Amino acid sequence: MPIANTLRTIRLALKSLMLHKLRSGLTMLGIVFGVFSVIAMLAIGEGASIQAQQQVLALGATNIICVTVKPPTDSSQSQGAGRSGSRGFSVPKYGLLRADYELMTKTIKTISGAVRMREIVSEVRYLQQGLNARLVGSTAEYAEMNHLHLLRGRFLSDQDENDMANVVVLGASAAATLFPFDDPIGNAIQIRSHRYTVIGVTKMRTASASIGGSLSGQDFNKDVYVPLSTFRSRIGDMVVTRLSGTFSAEEVELNQITLKVTDRSEVIPTSEVVRESLRLTHGTKADFEVIVPLELLRQADQIRQIFNVVLGSIAAISLVVGGIGIMNIMLATVTERTREIGIRRALGARQRDIIDQFLTETIVLAGSGGLIGILLGLATPLAFQGLKEIVRNFVFDQASDVSPMGMMFYGLEPRIAWWSLPVAFGISVGIGIVFGIYPARSAARMDPIEALRHV
Amino acid sequence: MYAARLIELTKTYFLGDNVVRALRGITVDIPAGDFVAIMGSSGSGKSTLLNLLGALDRPTSGHYVLSGHDVGTLNDDHLSEIRNRLIGFIFQSYNLIPQYTVLENIQVPLHYRSDCRTIGPADMNRCLDLANKVGLGDRLDHRPFQLSGGQQQRVAIARALINDPEIILADEPTGNLDSVTEKEIMELLTGLNREGRTIIMVTHETSVARRARHQIVMQDGLIASDGMFNNDGESK
Repeated sequence: MPIANTLRTIRLALKSLMLHKLRSGLTMLGIVFGVFSVIAMLAIGEGASIQAQQQVLALGATNIICVTVKPPTDSSQSQGAGRSGSRGFSVPKYGLLRADYELMTKTIKTISGAVRMREIVSEVRYLQQGLNARLVGSTAEYAEMNHLHLLRGRFLSDQDENDMANVVVLGASAAATLFPFDDPIGNAIQIRSHRYTVIGVTKMRTASASIGGSLSGQDFNKDVYVPLSTFRSRIGDMVVTRLSGTFSAEEVELNQITLKVTDRSEVIPTSEVVRESLRLTHGTKADFEVIVPLELLRQADQIRQIFNVVLGSIAAISLVVGGIGIMNIMLATVTERTREIGIRRALGARQRDIIDQFLTETIVLAGSGGLIGILLGLATPLAFQGLKEIVRNFVFDQASDVSPMGMMFYGLEPRIAWWSLPVAFGISVGIGIVFGIYPARSAARMDPIEALRHV
Repeated sequence: MYAARLIELTKTYFLGDNVVRALRGITVDIPAGDFVAIMGSSGSGKSTLLNLLGALDRPTSGHYVLSGHDVGTLNDDHLSEIRNRLIGFIFQSYNLIPQYTVLENIQVPLHYRSDCRTIGPADMNRCLDLANKVGLGDRLDHRPFQLSGGQQQRVAIARALINDPEIILADEPTGNLDSVTEKEIMELLTGLNREGRTIIMVTHETSVARRARHQIVMQDGLIASDGMFNNDGESK
């Protein structure tokens, strides 16, 4: 069919559809919502993917993070190289070792940098002010690795590390709690019977979100940083915690080793080597975990793909329902227009011409529904913004803003996947064809004599 | 020179166990330029004959030759082409397409031409000429429901003429019209016949049939009489 004829057929189809505006509009709705949901779902999926990427980039795409994990406790005896404490106690010893750090940085060539970290929760005091803070022992590179910026003073230096200096850097809210009135810089705070001079205060940093359950979110603002060597000499590896009459002890050398890899493409192979070398020294002991942000990104991507397929299927069901609605109406239309079919056949229309006519009408109907659905779909980011406001105002209180789910929800910005627009339009036209064929064929197969006699 | 020849034409319907022999052997020649009226009571087979003449149906046996084509042997697509090119239909109930304007209704057969489906300037002129000829040149944009019965039938006549057919088949063309309009429509048809067009008309009104040159009376699937009206208004 040449272009001019196709255009004429489409124009005549529109004319027939406009004869029943309400009916045609209602028939289109199924396709409108189907297409809209396809585009909206894909936009939300795309937004979630970008969000996950940003989170992983915040962790560092070229980083490999080794963390100490407390192994499941064995009730009868402590695992492995437990060290006998006083009175027959055995203190569980687990976690990453200084030897691991030496081994990995010396033997793996693709590692360009590494930061060790040891942490405990400890009380920190200044005069009457006290605070249970996360006491972190680390080196100068820690600040850069975790995107910490200084508000005042300076961060720990290599010199501090070499000198085992009694210096401390405070997180923003830790500083605010301990020094409500005084200037922290130059003052000394007390941690476990030792005194440390405050040399710096960090800026407020928004808490990092947890990713895929592997790495919990961190609030850096209540941290207190001391040099790693100072930590070792003043506090040591063994930590005893007293709790209402009983006490527990454990011995850990390092809580975390963050490795920086030279190139992004080396991350995955290096992580395999890291796992292997840790397995060599730790054997079967499950006291460490290797977290690869890049791997997390891939996992998040896989989850998103599964998510997309599920959401897409739901949207597809609504498209099929829309198609059935169209078929239903077209069958009714064919019956209603039996006489018109008879007239056209008498005037020389072949069966093919009748099929063309009704198929075009169905396609125009489904295609216009698709176009409207696309327009609605383009408004998804706006609609989502409105949804956020509604949830914020009516469903949850402000506290949900900082919960992991809340952060995921409020941080999500739907992003239209541009390829989804032509695809959605194509699908709606395809539905017009699939669900239009049967009514069109039944129209074409009518006996012209019977059709002409139809009232 | 015959416009249409019917040779031993039969049509039998099988309705379950019943065999209905609607036509039992019709042989008639219709010369080009003739004006034939087919008459007969209901059940006489005149509708069946009209359907065969209109190439809407195929005979059970016998031949129907329309300008050289044996219609009984053609497939569905060819029958469509015959209807489009060689036959102009005029129906009792006008049968215009309700959502189309007068002009669009006249154009419908042009869209189903086998050779050229696009409407050129020449086609457009022909549409306007025909609309003027039936007296509706000033109502081209009207829709059927805005026209009187007589006007609708004029549109149908223009539509029947658009592809310059071999024969015009009129099925009770004045059946739904009052006597004044009936006269106008019949004058239009007579005029067309005078221009040389072959017209076959089914009617059961003698007053209408009288305007034809030639009357065929059907009875029980056979031709009961075939002849000229005499001036008494009785068929001989």
